Amino acid sequence: MEATNKISKFLFTWIVVFLVWLAFTSTFNIVEVITGIIVSFIIAIFNFGYFTNMGLKSFSPMRVLYFFQYNAVFLVALVKSNLNVARIVLSPKLPINTGIVEFETKLESDFAKMVLANSITLTPGTFTIDFVDSTFYIHWLDVKVTDPEEVYREIAEPFEKILLKIFN
Amino acid sequence: MELFFEIILGVVSLALILSFIRFIKGPTASDRVVALDTMSVTFISVLVLLGHMFNRFIYIDVSLVYAVLGFIGVLIIARYLEGGI
Amino acid sequence: METILEILGVIFISIGAAFLLLGSIGILRMPDVYSRLQAGTKASTLGTLGMLLGIGFFEPAWFLKIFIIMIFVILSNPISSHSIARGSCRSGIKPKLKETVNAYRDAMESCEESIKKDDK
Repeated sequence: MEATNKISKFLFTWIVVFLVWLAFTSTFNIVEVITGIIVSFIIAIFNFGYFTNMGLKSFSPMRVLYFFQYNAVFLVALVKSNLNVARIVLSPKLPINTGIVEFETKLESDFAKMVLANSITLTPGTFTIDFVDSTFYIHWLDVKVTDPEEVYREIAEPFEKILLKIFN
Repeated sequence: MELFFEIILGVVSLALILSFIRFIKGPTASDRVVALDTMSVTFISVLVLLGHMFNRFIYIDVSLVYAVLGFIGVLIIARYLEGGI
Repeated sequence: METILEILGVIFISIGAAFLLLGSIGILRMPDVYSRLQAGTKASTLGTLGMLLGIGFFEPAWFLKIFIIMIFVILSNPISSHSIARGSCRSGIKPKLKETVNAYRDAMESCEESIKKDDK
């Protein structure tokens, strides 16, 4: 079990590093490709322990599908948040009502928490200041609710629904 | 088409100048770091735009390295504000 | 075909430049560090993405490398602004709030608590 786990982690790292190499050189010249295979093999030997927790399971088709769904939700939220910022910045009186609110997340792994924090930062009017264990502190430009559960429903739910499916 | 790119370059330079005013004015160190962060991200797109206008591919590599270095610089200054180093 | 790509490129570059300008105006006008971070981060992320995508339409041969820069900007920009916010929160800069929300006090207290926890 331990050995197969290590091999799958190693293969995952090798594939990802090799794809990055292909994107950087952006050519399919045979010499470049062989050099890339060797170089990414050497890099993967030294780094696979830190690079991933899941190994090859990350490539399962359902996860990839959810990943694309997540990106669609995220891009729509990014555009909305920018229109929101534009509206606030251009109005002469600065209609803001700022406050710091908190909520509890259900995610467990650190990587999932980082993705959630990044998404919250790029969505309308909210900004992650810090998280301690599983409590997020959110700076909100236009505070509507302050109760942690309602805050959770308002801010984090659309992302966390998909993230829970990806990471658990 | 040349004129369009020159106008865009003007608009982005105006954005850089506005952030620079905040960089000079900013009452605390954090305000200056915020302005510096925005300026360094804006400068990535200026470099790519210049690369297209002069038709030089090397500018893309320069902007990639600039993005990494700007990110690390801002992280280190934030760490310093926090009292870590 | 090329004209369609160029029209798309012009549209995306214009949107990107407009958002970069809006972000800088936001940094200049907002009242305190945290609100400035909000305006700056969001607008500069979408602005840079728009500009890079537009130039990618003009120069299809460069697209892969421009795509790497786009992914890097999406990943790195929120992280650097979290660390600035956390740093200024822990160095004791208080946000200016119009109506003091209750969780504000708790959050600042726990911010101080987490400093103590780290010190131990």
